Amino acid sequence: MTLIDWFYFPARLAWRQLVFDRTKLVAAIFGVLFACVLVFMQLGFRDALYASAISTALKLNGDLFLMHKQSEALWRPVKFKRTELMRALGNPAVAGVYPLYLGLAPFKNIETQTKRTLMVYGFDPDSQIFSVETIRDQQAGLKLKDTVLFDEYSRPEFGPLRQLLQAGRNITEINDYKIAIIGLIKLGVSFAADGNVVTSELNFMRIFPKRDRGDIDLGIIKLYPGASIKQTQAELRLRLNEFVHVFTYEELLQYEKNYWANMAPIGFIFGFGTIMGWVVGLVIVYQILFTDIANLRNEFATLKAIGYEQGYFIRVVFASAFFLAVLGFVPGCALSIGLYHLAESQIFMPMPMTLHKVVTVFAFILSMCAMAGFLAIRKLKAADPADMF
Amino acid sequence: MTAIIDVDRLSFSFGSGVLVQPVLKDVTIAIRQGEIVLITGPSGSGKTTFLTIIGGLRQAFHGSVKVLDQQLVNSDEQVKIKVRQQIGYIFQQHNLLKSLTALQNVSMTLEMGNTLTEQQRLERSAQMLTAVGLGDRLHYKPDQLSAGQRQRVSIARALVGQPKIVLADEPTASLDKQSGYEAVSILKQLAKESQTTILLVTHDYRILDVADRVVELEDGVIKAV
Ligand SMILES: Nc1ncnc2c1ncn2[C@@H]1O[C@H](COP(=O)(O)OP(=O)(O)OP(=O)(O)O)[C@@H](O)[C@H]1O
Ligand SMILES: [Mg+2]
Repeated sequence: MTLIDWFYFPARLAWRQLVFDRTKLVAAIFGVLFACVLVFMQLGFRDALYASAISTALKLNGDLFLMHKQSEALWRPVKFKRTELMRALGNPAVAGVYPLYLGLAPFKNIETQTKRTLMVYGFDPDSQIFSVETIRDQQAGLKLKDTVLFDEYSRPEFGPLRQLLQAGRNITEINDYKIAIIGLIKLGVSFAADGNVVTSELNFMRIFPKRDRGDIDLGIIKLYPGASIKQTQAELRLRLNEFVHVFTYEELLQYEKNYWANMAPIGFIFGFGTIMGWVVGLVIVYQILFTDIANLRNEFATLKAIGYEQGYFIRVVFASAFFLAVLGFVPGCALSIGLYHLAESQIFMPMPMTLHKVVTVFAFILSMCAMAGFLAIRKLKAADPADMF
Repeated sequence: MTAIIDVDRLSFSFGSGVLVQPVLKDVTIAIRQGEIVLITGPSGSGKTTFLTIIGGLRQAFHGSVKVLDQQLVNSDEQVKIKVRQQIGYIFQQHNLLKSLTALQNVSMTLEMGNTLTEQQRLERSAQMLTAVGLGDRLHYKPDQLSAGQRQRVSIARALVGQPKIVLADEPTASLDKQSGYEAVSILKQLAKESQTTILLVTHDYRILDVADRVVELEDGVIKAV
């Protein structure tokens, strides 16, 4: 007997038995489909969260970054002295240092007058610390008094700014301070902030009168071309006060991502949701396989009586589990793609269906069905050929 | 000529301790190749139990049971599987797989050894079904067949692998007089063509005339008739 037959015959029997009872098959497929969609959505939201959480950091343009060690993430920074950043200038590889100020403040919707919190970024308009073209193109305007650029990707609750600006209605209040929106940029929102505006350092201080220019939230360091980032990082670590992190660009992204994955309960919540999907699917598939074996006990005993070995039936059960995994996964994946699109249009967060995600979830569903099969094969012992006559 | 089934002082009991219930007591019988032996006897006399031991379906511990030169008393699973594969069974209930067609059910017997191609398997199964008069019902599922037709599928399944021994436990019980007699005649005719040994349990005195020998079992003891 060849290896192919070794798999093929039991798989064929499993398939024939599955398609024989359509109602049960449909029920089983829905069980797997449900687990599949649940897991896809959990992973999708989680990845969207991570992706959006680092969306601001991703668009920063610098070689090294200073952050207070007590800062858990960019959106909730602990301030440190601007002079600490200035000390970095003492290193011969450092070409320039630029502070970034962050603050959450209520923004008044121009149309409805309702207020909603967004993130305000204050920076030196000449500094080019954002690698966002729409900011660079409009940075001259930021040098004027009381001007801001508004992030187009902000949630729609802030109002239809594009139409409003075209109609010439660009005056509103941030933190009860009157400003003019002079243009739109593309930055990206996160779970932490529903919207963003960027403005100059000076305007930032006007919006937040209690803030001190000497207390900064993030320090951005640019090096001379050709300077070693790693080496300069090591030198700055020795030289600067130990309460600041000196991050490279990648380390900053990783730090941001880790906050959501580990510090915030959110990583745990999504992990928990994923496990729940696995368990629910496991129970459903196990129930189906188990009752199947119970119902087919006589047929299995008959086959045993005519000479089939125990291993054959184990392969039948695992083949059934495999077919259920595939049959549930394919529509589950298709449905999830649709739901991803729906979510993208509703919550304005990127939810791409990546190959990596497809493979991960399939492996997940497969392990779920294999586990169900593994639990169900104990029931095979009940098939005793001596009962057949 | 040596016996194909050689039973020597076989004893078997159900239960243990004070609840022990002896079912077979010192049964001795030898059956030659090609013989058709009918076993009759009152209900509860141990006929089914005897058949399941011969067929390697139930483990016996006392005496000697040699089937196709394999000792089945105190044997391991592998020996029993080997014997099972060389025996054709016809159960009282037809016990067909309900999700498979008649043709697929019959060819399940041939999938085990797998010396044939799929094409050959289906051809042989179809021939066997035609031989039992079901050539026009090859693709029917069991629940689309009558009880007699199902029993004939079951006969085809038992014979298609060209077994050396056929064991049948009241194969005519669920059939009317006419189809019961037909089923057994088919069985006899096909078996005689290929020198198959048949051991058949029955209460049905209408079919006694197909037998070479009739054996009566009473209270676990053989009484030759
Ligand atoms: N699995 C079992 N466990 C315990 N006792 C059993 C079992 N199977 C059969 N017996 C007992 O063994 C005795 C013989 O049973 P068996 O089925 O061999 O009888 P039989 O001759 O085939 O009867 P019938 O003609 O009614 O089919 C009976 O008294 C029965 O109660
Ligand atoms: Mg019986």
